[in-house]
Amino acid sequence: MASILSLRDVEKSFGAVTVADQLSYDVAAGEALGVVGPNGAGKTSMFNLITGTLKPDSGDIAFEGRMITSTSAAARCRAGIARSFQIPQPFGGMSVFENLLVAATQGAREPARRANALCLDVLEQTGLMAKANALAGSLTLLERKRLELARALCAKPRLLLLDEIAGGLTQHECEALVGTITDIRSTGVSIVWIEHVVHALLAVVDRLIVLDFGRKIADGDPHDTMASREVQEVYIGIEADA
Amino acid sequence: MSAADNHIVARASPASRIAAFIGVLLLIGLIAAPWWAGRADMRLISEICLYVALASLWNLLAGYAGLVSVGQQAFVGLGGYFLFAATIFFGVPPLAAIPLAAAAGAALAVPIAVLIFRLRGAYFAIGTWVVAEVFRLVFAQVSALGGGSGTSLPAGIVKGIAASRSLREAYTYWMALGLAVLVVAMVYMLLRSRRGLALTAIRDNELAATSLGIDIWRTKFFVYVISAALTASVGALIFLQKLRISPDAAFSVNDWTAFVIFIVVIGGIGTIEGPIIGTIIFFLLRETLADLGTTYLLVLGFVAIAVMLRAPKGLWGYVKDKTGVELFALTRRVVPKR
Ligand SMILES: Nc1ncnc2c1ncn2[C@@H]1O[C@H](COP(=O)(O)OP(=O)(O)O)[C@@H](O)[C@H]1O
Ligand SMILES: [Mg+2]
Repeated sequence: MASILSLRDVEKSFGAVTVADQLSYDVAAGEALGVVGPNGAGKTSMFNLITGTLKPDSGDIAFEGRMITSTSAAARCRAGIARSFQIPQPFGGMSVFENLLVAATQGAREPARRANALCLDVLEQTGLMAKANALAGSLTLLERKRLELARALCAKPRLLLLDEIAGGLTQHECEALVGTITDIRSTGVSIVWIEHVVHALLAVVDRLIVLDFGRKIADGDPHDTMASREVQEVYIGIEADA
Repeated sequence: MSAADNHIVARASPASRIAAFIGVLLLIGLIAAPWWAGRADMRLISEICLYVALASLWNLLAGYAGLVSVGQQAFVGLGGYFLFAATIFFGVPPLAAIPLAAAAGAALAVPIAVLIFRLRGAYFAIGTWVVAEVFRLVFAQVSALGGGSGTSLPAGIVKGIAASRSLREAYTYWMALGLAVLVVAMVYMLLRSRRGLALTAIRDNELAATSLGIDIWRTKFFVYVISAALTASVGALIFLQKLRISPDAAFSVNDWTAFVIFIVVIGGIGTIEGPIIGTIIFFLLRETLADLGTTYLLVLGFVAIAVMLRAPKGLWGYVKDKTGVELFALTRRVVPKR
């Protein structure tokens, strides 16, 4: 299968802190890749590098076979990459619906009518319809996280990057979220999902990579990877939090 | 049935419909002013209109694009000098020079933007002010336009607007009213458009905006050039009414930026209503405190501080937060179909 995303020897450090160390991997078109690793491992930074809000010190990133290493963040979104932010970044003075509309009109570049329809459908799909007219700034943390997912979907990505969206959910909400992401997958969208809530992650992804100090220390079948020795060593305690 | 089939997206509200109706009545009354108002009243209304335009443009820059300029007097003065140069040296009819001043403002704004957009925050503000000072110094060197002491518009050109003084005053009055309406309408249409949505997104969160496909530099550049162009038009009209220009008057940071910032801050930054309400308050204060001399400036300062402490989003921001009322329909509301 052709790869939709490809990282080659990506390096990035902030002074003494290395957040990407010889990082290389591919995501196949239609694949769902899970990412785990301790806090500070460089998972969010990896998303910043892929979306272009952070520039690598060296190495290359390709999307759908085209080099995007020096493409602007805005252009990468318009090309088909969208993300959710671990720390939600709503447009606080706009309504929830308008937050989605930004993604639909600017990221997906949908004409007005189709943008409205897309946003209404995503509001329903993500359970935010009741909050459509609420100011995004007035939402609770959990609602803001849901808004992150909804807004990213409205950009109509072919590659969706999700950064810790399952934390703090009840069992029931978590199952609903897994259902939503499975549905998104079934439409052909490739997914990279960073998640501490491992059981939710394992319910969706085909493959798992493990990051530690910016290095990829494991890559493969999700269950085998979680069970491997090196993962157990760095990973102890995290499953317990979740 | 999908969600899109049983919901509609509405923009107008009862408040916005009433406001539009009253606005149209008010506009008709103002257009007819030459038949009912005295000369002094018309001068005052003109001035109010020009300040509504300046304040709305500064609000677009600072309140939406986050471009806190303290150098918009560069474009007011440029417009004024353009009017004098175009009419005196090239025989351009004065009323035609006003739209042409917009083209001049835009042409100069392009290289200035490329230069000062490299600066951030306070440095950007200082950069805009330095540019305006450079303009002032340059125009003080142009001896054909009176150098540092300035010049008057020759009587022949003034007569060229219209033969009688009352007709002339009516023309410039209508121009001022027309410019205010044009600017507010432009800001409104821009903010309602797709580009306006991008601009509002940038105002709220630049990181999210850029990650959702918005080209921040280009959006801000567009706003800067548009504001500069219309500010130059307003400047041309200001000095057509004054009939006299000098570098100090044309590039006055007090008259064209400090008062404008006062107006926007007390009225409510980042709203269309704010600059209009702020202008009315500013002129009410000015007209009632005119006899106090410089004490008047002190009072303005106290009012500004009081508003910033009690209502940091300005008077309209306060009303909007309390009531959710919107006179210009911008917000989109999702309403279930019945
Ligand atoms: N912009 C930045 N400047 C300096 N240090 C940063 C920056 N962004 C992240 N870091 C540091 O890089 C490390 C990795 O952070 P992050 O990518 O957020 O990790 P994770 O998402 O895996 O928890 C942390 O030590 C963090 O403090
Ligand atoms: Mg993180």
